[in-house]
Amino acid sequence: MIPHSAILKPSSRTFVPDPGRAPTEDYHELIFELEKEGEWEVQRVPEPYIEVHNKYGRTKKIPLQKTWHHKSCGQCGHIPGYSTAVFWINRKLGLDYIDPTDQTSCTAWNYYASATSNAAAQAAVAMRNFAAAAETGYFPIIHCATSFGHYKETRQQLLHSPELRRQVREILAKLGKKLVMPEEIVHYSEWVHAVRDRIAEHQVVGMDHIRATIHPACHYHKLVGEDAVYADEIHGRQRSAIITGLLQALGIDVRDYSTWHDCCGFGFRHILVSRDFSRSFAVQRKIEVMKEEADPDVLITHDTGCVTTLDQSQFAAKAHGRNVGLPVMSDSQLAALAMGAHPYKVLQLHWHSTDNKPFLDKLGIDHKARWAEFEAAVAELRSGAKQYLTWEDCDV
Amino acid sequence: MGLDLSGRQYANVPLQEKQRLFDEVKADLRYDDYLFGCYECGICVAACPSARFYDFSPRKIAQTMAREDVDLFYVMLNDSVWDCSQCFSCDVCPRKNSPGGLITLMREVAVKNGLPSAQQALEGYGRVVYKIMATGTQVSPDMLQDNAFPDWGPHVKDISQNLDVWRRALPPDTMHTTETSWRVDDKTIHELYLIWHMTGVMDMIKEVDEGLFMILQDVMEERLEDAGYDVSFD
Repeated sequence: MIPHSAILKPSSRTFVPDPGRAPTEDYHELIFELEKEGEWEVQRVPEPYIEVHNKYGRTKKIPLQKTWHHKSCGQCGHIPGYSTAVFWINRKLGLDYIDPTDQTSCTAWNYYASATSNAAAQAAVAMRNFAAAAETGYFPIIHCATSFGHYKETRQQLLHSPELRRQVREILAKLGKKLVMPEEIVHYSEWVHAVRDRIAEHQVVGMDHIRATIHPACHYHKLVGEDAVYADEIHGRQRSAIITGLLQALGIDVRDYSTWHDCCGFGFRHILVSRDFSRSFAVQRKIEVMKEEADPDVLITHDTGCVTTLDQSQFAAKAHGRNVGLPVMSDSQLAALAMGAHPYKVLQLHWHSTDNKPFLDKLGIDHKARWAEFEAAVAELRSGAKQYLTWEDCDV
Repeated sequence: MGLDLSGRQYANVPLQEKQRLFDEVKADLRYDDYLFGCYECGICVAACPSARFYDFSPRKIAQTMAREDVDLFYVMLNDSVWDCSQCFSCDVCPRKNSPGGLITLMREVAVKNGLPSAQQALEGYGRVVYKIMATGTQVSPDMLQDNAFPDWGPHVKDISQNLDVWRRALPPDTMHTTETSWRVDDKTIHELYLIWHMTGVMDMIKEVDEGLFMILQDVMEERLEDAGYDVSFD
């Protein structure tokens, strides 16, 4: 057996980016070529944008603002502080965005779980959402890693299948919509990565004494993996730069563990109807390994399914005496927390399962006082004194 | 119990039927991008979460399809594909195969043909299919009930008991919903229904769950009719 110490030793190897070695051609060239041929319109990334690089060194443009937020049903439904934190950061940084209601889920969670759909339907759903974004003049930014990965796959299919393009174009025409492909398909965590220095400039909660592990989402860096963001200075381009770059900007000690490449165990259908699998995998291959090898204070990830599985799987495992008890949150929640966001009004940590109070204690955040503030706000809603909590109640 | 690869359990299924289903998978426009051969290196198995907990192997899926072994294909189609996590860790393949992608296509064919194994795999999943098809968002806040997620912890009960007020305690005004993850425009829902109609998705659901199909049909046809569309899912 290879000792953990050998696996965990920092590697001096680096991945040398070479666009010529990428497994797929440059989608930028193809989407603009198809635009010239009248196949579709391309929605340009609005200026100013931030340039980052994907795995093979191609430039990717990340919009700073004028963003149309393609929300995640799992985040908004079950981890609402995840999306709220993304919006809160935008507002805190004074950036313009739209939180649309002319948006459906990508429907990919269901597709990967039940297969009750097909390529044409999935592409039509994607392109309907992209058309809706283009109509507003704002640029789509995708909250869920599964939506992001699925849309990248859909783009590949549309690029190479004239028949699928024709089919989807006809469907959209019947809906009164044009076929519009965004210049880039951008995941929100790429935006968080791109603005990490601005986030760090607004940091009010010190995190230099915090140890963290990260879990990169499979559908972020494995599906059409060449279109994920990498940087020379982060893991020598051997792994995606996302999350690690943010955490390092906030002063956090990002610790390695031997099963970083493993899935979280979500499984799409498994997390809903076969949770014994999801729970076992999340605990035995991720949480326990992290705790044993890295002793982190917190686990940060960047996808709906990963936060759900890694957080919610720990309760039952605790009853079996497993080595669990690692709070889990998204990079957006951690970034907002660093910038002074309220742990309950903004991060909505009461929707999470694993006890995060020891982590808040370590940050010097008085969670009892913050919870009392949240309960006071809820009491106002119950009494009818107010109907909703608003952004003004959250200092933005 | 391990996966029985002998094919004896499906000896009574005509070879032509197995071949027909195999050909249906192979005819998908994505097939040629998902299979290029197999080095038999097993890297996909090493990366696969399902392989650690089930008698499941993405390598066997790729090899079965590459060899066009329709008997073994039929075993995989019925007894293996629903174990896959669809994480696409197997895309690490040095031959550039996507066993996970092949499984997506196989599952689609299993559903489209109403195989009993697909019906069984999706038992208990109907409510989720209903949500996504009918409302445009999948895992809604009102699904968080302690009897549905007893293993997630006591906070699930707290959420369900405080659902309305805790949703109103969310600053984004699009998220004050309990039955959907966010507020979706009526026009948007109508467009989604029309997509399902034009792409034959409802026909697939009818094959695996006729009761669910009828409920969805009622909901969709009524809402579309109210909006001035004359659409039938029959």
